[in-house]
Amino acid sequence: MHMPLEDTIGLNLLAANQHQAEHNREHFDAWRLLCLNVMSSPGAGKTSLLERSLAALAPDLQMAVLEGDMTTQLDAERLEAVGVPVVPITTGRACHLDAAMVSGGLKLLKQRLDPASLDLLWVENVGNLVCPAEFEVGEHRKVALLSVTEGDDKPLKYPVMFREADCVLITKTDLLPYLPVDIERIEAHIRAVNPRCAVIRVSASSGEGLETWHQWVREQRVAVVTTPATRESAPALMAA
Amino acid sequence: MHEVDMTKCLLLSMQEWKQQHDPVTPRVQTVHLQVGTFTCVEPDQLVTTWRAAVRGSWLDGAELAIETVPLVGRCVLCNGTYSPDPEQAYRSPCCNHPMEEIVSGRELRIRSVDYRLPDSSCPAASATTAPQPPFATASAV
Repeated sequence: MHMPLEDTIGLNLLAANQHQAEHNREHFDAWRLLCLNVMSSPGAGKTSLLERSLAALAPDLQMAVLEGDMTTQLDAERLEAVGVPVVPITTGRACHLDAAMVSGGLKLLKQRLDPASLDLLWVENVGNLVCPAEFEVGEHRKVALLSVTEGDDKPLKYPVMFREADCVLITKTDLLPYLPVDIERIEAHIRAVNPRCAVIRVSASSGEGLETWHQWVREQRVAVVTTPATRESAPALMAA
Repeated sequence: MHEVDMTKCLLLSMQEWKQQHDPVTPRVQTVHLQVGTFTCVEPDQLVTTWRAAVRGSWLDGAELAIETVPLVGRCVLCNGTYSPDPEQAYRSPCCNHPMEEIVSGRELRIRSVDYRLPDSSCPAASATTAPQPPFATASAV
């Protein structure tokens, strides 16, 4: 044995995941599609929102969904019913999707269709407000949902998720009349940790805000397809 | 317990580093990490899962040394730095402005590795390179 050596690395702890995520994104850019990573706590309404959004956007956009779920394929079955190709990714014990799982999902998707024919790929992450924030999957934009029933403190309790999001959807606004919750406080707390993201109030039941949300999605697709860019350098567009 | 997946990712990153020394396997003593407080990583859990994960592997016995990096924000109105407080909604105490700029606290970095090489494969030059500034923002995830 000789004297101890020290290598300065300066490498991200998640470098291995990061490399795979960048590889995925290169494919997305080559296929000229927008990839959105949709995240929230369990039950915030990701699948209900996607059911509405897939139906509303289907006339304009070719879409597919990679559906992360820990144990079941229930969500995938709900979304298939809308008529959009869905690839379920059962994560087992893992409480989030990582870039390698999404890469595996893409391989399955390619058996069913040519990804270059797609305009938009949705990744519905596992319901969890913690770790999906740290594991990039190659998405162009991160979308976080927060339902009004979860309380106004969640952006402060799970700040990393809301800090990382490019767009935060405040969901289930049709329930506001029945709840002792102040939506202005929810929005103020989101803005406090992330002044740059778009914040849109929506209800998959009443349809409130869906057109604004879909407009945001269309704008992101145009921005990404016109100038393929990494998430970091992408402009954070404000909602109308 | 996403620290298990964090550890798996860390092991893959270490595997990439090891390949630089092929075919020699470095004996790693310590892996130095910087973990910001504004991340989803709990340092104690990371150390526990690391110890379990490296047992019997080429990293057996290697310790994880974690430097915690505090969350520091910069108020874009007065340019002053501050410690964002969840109780104050992370706003700057100087101007009551939202947390627009994060100076540090998002780090998830492998800063350096202490290791030895077997005698026969001692490199001609030291492997040490210039240290990086401790709060480099190359760690944006």
